[in-house]
Amino acid sequence: MIHVDFTLNGDDATVAVEPSERLLDTLRDRLGLTGTKEGCGEGECGACTVLIDGLPANACLVPTYQVRGRAVETIESVPASELGALHEKGATQCGACTPGVVMTALWIRRNADVLSTHPPRDLMAGNLCRCTGYDGIIEGLEAWVQEGQGEAGGDGGAP
Amino acid sequence: MKRVEGLPKLTGTMQFVDDLPLEGALWGGTVRSPCPRGRIRGIRFGSGVDWSEFVVVDHRDIPGKNVVRLIEDDQPVLAAGRVMHLHEPVILLAHPSRTELRRALRHVEVLIDPEPPVLDFGLPPERAQIQFGEDNVLKHLLTRKGDVEEALAQAPVLVEGVYETGAQEHLYLEPQGMVAWEEEGVVVVSGSMQCPYYVSAALQYALARTDDQVRVVQTPTGGGFGGKEEFPSGLAVHAALLAMKARRPVKLIYDRTEDLAVTTKRHPSRVRHRTGLDKGGRLLAQDVDVVLDGGAYVTLSPVVLSRALIHAAGPYSCENVRIEARAVLTNSPPFGAFRGFGAPQTQFAVERHMERIAAELGMDPVELRRRNLIREGESTATGQVIRDGADRVAVLDRAMEMAGFAERRKEYEAFNRAHDDKKRGIGLACFFHGAGFTGSGEVHLDSVVHVAGLPDGTVEVRASTVEMGQGALTIFTQLASDALNCAPERVRIAPADTGLVPDSGPTVASRTSMIVGRLVEEACRDLVGRLNESEGPRGISDVCGAIRDWHEANPSQELLGTARYRKPPNVEWDEESYRGDAYGAYAWGTYVADVEVDLRTFATRVRDFVAVQEIGKVLNETLARGQIQGGVVQAVGWALSEECKWRDGAMENAQLTNYVVPTAKDVPPIRVEFLEAPYPYGAKGAKGIGELPFDGPAPAVANAVANAVDCETNEIPITPERLLEWVLKP
Repeated sequence: MIHVDFTLNGDDATVAVEPSERLLDTLRDRLGLTGTKEGCGEGECGACTVLIDGLPANACLVPTYQVRGRAVETIESVPASELGALHEKGATQCGACTPGVVMTALWIRRNADVLSTHPPRDLMAGNLCRCTGYDGIIEGLEAWVQEGQGEAGGDGGAP
Repeated sequence: MKRVEGLPKLTGTMQFVDDLPLEGALWGGTVRSPCPRGRIRGIRFGSGVDWSEFVVVDHRDIPGKNVVRLIEDDQPVLAAGRVMHLHEPVILLAHPSRTELRRALRHVEVLIDPEPPVLDFGLPPERAQIQFGEDNVLKHLLTRKGDVEEALAQAPVLVEGVYETGAQEHLYLEPQGMVAWEEEGVVVVSGSMQCPYYVSAALQYALARTDDQVRVVQTPTGGGFGGKEEFPSGLAVHAALLAMKARRPVKLIYDRTEDLAVTTKRHPSRVRHRTGLDKGGRLLAQDVDVVLDGGAYVTLSPVVLSRALIHAAGPYSCENVRIEARAVLTNSPPFGAFRGFGAPQTQFAVERHMERIAAELGMDPVELRRRNLIREGESTATGQVIRDGADRVAVLDRAMEMAGFAERRKEYEAFNRAHDDKKRGIGLACFFHGAGFTGSGEVHLDSVVHVAGLPDGTVEVRASTVEMGQGALTIFTQLASDALNCAPERVRIAPADTGLVPDSGPTVASRTSMIVGRLVEEACRDLVGRLNESEGPRGISDVCGAIRDWHEANPSQELLGTARYRKPPNVEWDEESYRGDAYGAYAWGTYVADVEVDLRTFATRVRDFVAVQEIGKVLNETLARGQIQGGVVQAVGWALSEECKWRDGAMENAQLTNYVVPTAKDVPPIRVEFLEAPYPYGAKGAKGIGELPFDGPAPAVANAVANAVDCETNEIPITPERLLEWVLKP
């Protein structure tokens, strides 16, 4: 077992893990954070998307020791009160891909400038969804980003 | 109304089966057949594993019948003596450590004396390959209307064609999974499923238990699409057998690779059309021959075949029709229920065939369809007279208008002349989908819904219908709240737990809103009726208050409204001749796909998609659009990229790396429009819509590709490899 210190959803965390353990299993099995889902286990579907130092990553492809000293954010850090736009537009159906979709969308929302160079459909292409046909997700994302820009303009800080 | 369980899903707090904390649970796993067909000579447990730490289950541990209960008793829970397909379950293992379990699974060897398998459903079997009846035909169906041979002989124009569709994986994002334990003599199984009472029946049969000795609890289901209709029954028995032998809870969760390799897929199909027409393009005779690959066991193939047959002539009026359909055995994992249930396969064929007919006649494909679409008072292939007030021509015309079909056809002729390596095309498909079980199926299901008035004045809807993303919880909440004239917050939907809810049938066949939703409304009215009885004739303005008052007057009694399915009048079906009213209602659609083919890579990109449909009544705009858009994109995957590669009869490319489903980048926004002609026996006039959107996209896309590159596209998926071959073919 090896010890890994990192920041998890803003708090200091320490875990003892197997050397080859996946971040996904550490989060789900050791820390009880089951909001992050396993869809494929090979980095194709994006259901396990988390943010590491602010960037989206597939938790099934990241060995836990690699997050030593870094900041990990999971879906558990996102309050329901923030998700009205996605809810309104029908961004979730069965819910299995949804936490990953929300984490990628959160990254886009915080870095809305990327939308000037990349269409939302390209940015969301790493998250498979089998229910919505993506329209609900894309419309929800756009509304959420717009909401965020309004807030950013209002209080000068990105959420 | 917004999705009632939307926020817990968005925040990841909704717990799927793999998220459930289960104290002291063992991990279960499955040892499978290494070959497609043969006799089991023995099982070898390898050295280097302490087998005393493992719970080991084989067919001798099954207390009841070694059968997965469904239509026929041919599929074993665990193989005994012989195997019929690659990956067939033979032995079950359980261990406290998932890692140890995975290691052990690699150290069990099933020894087989191989026998000759059937791996191609298109070839007649040789004698040594016969494994079912005299000819490996799992089910044969025939329907006749008029005199096809005579009409074909007289017809001035005769057009023939053969069309093929491939297998498809559902790819629900949550893989299959079950947990099981025993408490106070009751076996409890909980997991991802569409049909709690199917699972209950399977448990009773294999475990030799009565209905009160098993309890089935659905967990939030991360997508189903039919993939969690019949498959979970066997998985549930596996989990239960392990838990009973271990005397501890057992968790049996498939990872994606196992799920892709072993679970059901959409039936591959081969459909032959012979069609007689007059020179004006009016259909005179349709002779259709349908073959489906059933896989190694009967499972649901007979009913998939039935729906395939009933939809095989398309939404057209023709006086002379003969449709013959067979599902045949191959040594593949059984093919199973998948959104559309056979209808997408046969409607791909008929809509490709209509395109070929238009080309032969030199006729506008839109006009050909307009001329033949069923008009009010005309009948389907099974002789069902359609009088539903829906205007199928209006659906077609609206789709043409939204897509700018005629203008774009012209525009793309010019575009294609100007571009050597990019070709654009536009194609359409007209289609229909019958909702609910076929024929007398709904009568046999005998569905029941309860609505309870609780002492605190709230109501609880009790049905075995599950939420799997389609929005059942929201629709039921809406319907009950409207029927009772109370706030949606006062309505709760009971968990789909066979210990708590009556059998309102399986969550399949686009029946939830239309049929079960109607029962929810009726049960609410029954509840109000009961309140009225005690309140007297002055009527009730506040149902919730009246419920509280009732409980005060009748302490510790149950206040229950109930409803049981009743067949709509004048719906008659004859199972023998396969004629009559196959479904209570049909929804109707016309879809248009606009594509661009890159002649350097032979990749096809869908640029625009228009989906117009008549669905009775839209109950919830966001949910209904979501159903259509999701169905369209899933079907576009079937049409273009989702290809199962076979090895020894099973899926070889069992990874998302090389089984390619559409991403957000691969599809355009799906432009949806609804027309409404209310169906008097559906909830608020609604018809089923879950499966409808799967029928149109594949032929629309294939027709668009054919239009773009000027070749026939009679086989899907239209992968770049396939298209390259067709385009280069002299």
